[in-house]
Amino acid sequence: MTFKTRLLAVAAGLALALPLVLPTAASAHRGWLLPSATVLSGEGAWVGVDAAISNELFYADHNPMRLDAVTVTAPDGSADKVQNPAVGKYRSTFDVQLSKPGTYKIGSAVSTVMASWTQDGQVKRFRGSPEDFARQVPAGAADLKTIKSFNRNETFVTRDAPTTTVFAPTGKGLELVPVTHPNDLVAGEAATFKFLLDGKPAADLEVTFAPGNSRYRATPGDFKVKTGADGVFKVTFPEAGMYWMNAVVRTGETGRGPGGPGGGMGGPGGAPAPATPLAGDGMSASYTATLEALRP
Amino acid sequence: MKRSLSLLTFSALAGATPAVAADLAVTVEVPRLTVAEYHKPYVSIWIENPADATAAGTLAVWYDAGSKEDKGVKWLKDMRQWWRKAGRTMSFPADGISGATRAPGPQKLVFSGAKGALKDLKPGQYNLVVEAAREVGGQEAVRVPFVWGKPGKPATAKGATEVGAVTVAVK
Repeated sequence: MTFKTRLLAVAAGLALALPLVLPTAASAHRGWLLPSATVLSGEGAWVGVDAAISNELFYADHNPMRLDAVTVTAPDGSADKVQNPAVGKYRSTFDVQLSKPGTYKIGSAVSTVMASWTQDGQVKRFRGSPEDFARQVPAGAADLKTIKSFNRNETFVTRDAPTTTVFAPTGKGLELVPVTHPNDLVAGEAATFKFLLDGKPAADLEVTFAPGNSRYRATPGDFKVKTGADGVFKVTFPEAGMYWMNAVVRTGETGRGPGGPGGGMGGPGGAPAPATPLAGDGMSASYTATLEALRP
Repeated sequence: MKRSLSLLTFSALAGATPAVAADLAVTVEVPRLTVAEYHKPYVSIWIENPADATAAGTLAVWYDAGSKEDKGVKWLKDMRQWWRKAGRTMSFPADGISGATRAPGPQKLVFSGAKGALKDLKPGQYNLVVEAAREVGGQEAVRVPFVWGKPGKPATAKGATEVGAVTVAVK
């Protein structure tokens, strides 16, 4: 048993008494999509993308990212192909052919609903897509509690001149609006971005930046900025390189701790525990992107 | 005193019509490098507005347009300053701009004021930028200031690695 799994087991054991321990331990790992290049020229351009979940950026040393939800959006807004996908021990990898000029979006946008309700005197639990929720959870269910989450993780690559079609907001979850284009970033220059939450400016949102190559530094070098009332923030990338950007909005119940994601699913190695209801309603939205700042 | 005089001259020129019958004479030294694997550099020669560092036009791009694999365009982005400010919105090959890569030594060029980027260039202060990127080598940009609109003395700047001496004169 590694130190980490011991810690998780201890945390799980303490979860009833200390519900705050588990979220901290469970949310430390970072999901990322790392393109081989973000600024390209010419008709024959391709990029390779590594996708993984790890602590250090960008070192694949923990888990591969599942590619089921990863999609490619071409500069004209049409869906393009994930090519040559493979899932390895620590990382997934795939290629994208930039057959059209402009900016491509590569990533996932996943909507999840967690729910509990009472049916025939028993607590029922659900976790899945909004579509399955609508199908499987009876309308007007008694004691219905839901926790809805919307998680985006993406990166952008541009062949020739940058375009903005792939940034058209959908009004769902946290979305990035490019005031400065994400493929037009240069170390030492201020860049401006805007965040929307469900289509409206995401005010007072804390945005974390974590530079890559952290293995070669004594300190990770993460820094935080905040959006204003208009959802806009400015950031200056101190050095050229790849950066992991992340922001999270959460209200109400997290669904972790008692009656959390594992509620009613049974503990590791144990008999299935009776389902426990969610403590209340909640929502969360997260946004993650990998951005590259080039040398001046 | 000198400054206000030259400003006066400048505004007098700026007020005039931009049809300036002048040429830009440029000498670019492609440095001779003793390296195991040498490829002739990709070079872009362009005009920069010194006030906001935007590009005011591209005069020449030397690259391997004959490359069967990618027609040379795959590496145009490596001239990163030019690519960001001008190249990425152009299409290649570009008439009167595209050219083959050049061998080490001084390369003498004359850009006609009646053609291309110089034709509509307003009189004033500019930088001529020579930016080079070399396969398995580095990247460097050298800036030489010049005043467009009247004949001037040649000015020279020299790079440290990928660009040798660059001399610019308005004739």
